Amino acid sequence: MTLITVENLSVRYGANTVLRHVDMTVEAGEIVTIVGPNGSGKTSLLRAIIGAAKPSAGLVSLKPGLKIGYVPQKLHIDPTLPISVERFMRLTDRVSGKQCEEALEVAGVSDLLKRQMSQLSGGQFQRVLLARALINRPDVLLLDEATQGLDQPGSAAFYRQIEEVRRETGSAILMISHELHVVMSASDRVICLNGHVCCEGSPAVVASAPEYRALFGTGTGGALALYRHDHDHDHDHCETSREAAE
Amino acid sequence: MLDDFMTRATLAGIGVAFAAAPLGCFVVWRRMAYFGDATAHAAILGVALSLTFQLSVFAGALAVALAMALTVTLLSGRGYAMDTLLGVLAHSALAFGLVAVSFLSGVRIDLMAYLFGDILAVSRSDLIVIWGGAALVVVLIAWRWSQLLTATLNEELAYASGFDPKREQLILTLCLAVTVAVAIKVVGVLLIAAMLIIPAAASRSLARSPESMALIAAVIGAFSTAAGLRAAYMFDTPAGPSIVCVAAILFACFSLLGWQTRRGA
Repeated sequence: MTLITVENLSVRYGANTVLRHVDMTVEAGEIVTIVGPNGSGKTSLLRAIIGAAKPSAGLVSLKPGLKIGYVPQKLHIDPTLPISVERFMRLTDRVSGKQCEEALEVAGVSDLLKRQMSQLSGGQFQRVLLARALINRPDVLLLDEATQGLDQPGSAAFYRQIEEVRRETGSAILMISHELHVVMSASDRVICLNGHVCCEGSPAVVASAPEYRALFGTGTGGALALYRHDHDHDHDHCETSREAAE
Repeated sequence: MLDDFMTRATLAGIGVAFAAAPLGCFVVWRRMAYFGDATAHAAILGVALSLTFQLSVFAGALAVALAMALTVTLLSGRGYAMDTLLGVLAHSALAFGLVAVSFLSGVRIDLMAYLFGDILAVSRSDLIVIWGGAALVVVLIAWRWSQLLTATLNEELAYASGFDPKREQLILTLCLAVTVAVAIKVVGVLLIAAMLIIPAAASRSLARSPESMALIAAVIGAFSTAAGLRAAYMFDTPAGPSIVCVAAILFACFSLLGWQTRRGA
């Protein structure tokens, strides 16, 4: 079942076109990762999906009644704003205390309920953001470079948590990352973006695609190999990448 | 009871304090302090215009404060930094306002009354305007509370939850204009921003949640009004500034207390 369909999407800020003719879909239960260099329009794509950026052309259609859980790239809480984890969790959705605790548990931070947001470490803060996004049992979870500011073990642990979330809740996940080598094992499909869709396919296919290498170089090749694993399915829509891989 | 000018003054001040408390919290959280200042300065132009065209001061101040707030919202993010834009608009509006007032030869205006407020001259009809405006602001903010908080934390989070943060910003802007318009007579243009920010800032170290911060700010604002007026009566000092002085002293005390406890913890 298709949850999100993006057709021929273009997004423009003033005279600056950040996305051109982007087509993509997110199916129920799959993990899709968007990679791309800075300024490649990754965040704009996510913003268009949640309705924060208006398309200058094309369409974004969501399955009717689709519930989205959103984990922002950075959330700055002004130190003058006192807010506990519990209050923050219940900000936008009317939820019971039990749902609140469950979501924190899934995100691996069940002990933080009564703490003030300002007292959390970077890793705890990101997990609370994840828990907040999970609280209304979303059909799809959107993550915008959710591990920014975490060190490598921290972000690796965070992505393991994401896989865990998918296993437990079955929700689809669409995430942005520039750390392909870290997210690789967790992704079903990778979309390489640079204003347009350069290539897409399984992580291994994209990692060896010439378009991807042109953008990111081959410097991460060693690290990639570590995370490489076999996929038992194929992607027909990534012709060029596949040829390159073979 | 309302025959007593001190009672009317106290009620007027408390009305303003109630509207300013939750709004002031958002002003502090969103770092819009200068925005409140700018809107208030622009209101002087409104005062001049309303005296020229013989409208109520409230209507004139409200219209210009609204126009100012909307202009800033529209122009923001188009070249100049927000504080530059506010500086240009606020001080130009204030200057035009002062020049416009000087043309009003027929009318004798006590400009000081609008710069520093004249809370002791508040009439019964002023009270109705002040409490009406304050109620509007409190109801609007209470109604949109969760959405306003979400939009304050993160714009994308607001979009993902299905509402437009720009609309929430507009609601705050509207509330700011109303508060400035009703507060002009009470504390005056120069001290409106103080009534917005100081009680809210003072309540920070005592509050554990956004809601309690707004409530504590309202209590601090109301107490400052009562105590400030009392002091003004006893020591024969100007009323508006006395109120702000009390709030400032409370701010200093609570902040010190907050530092002390945090160091102890």
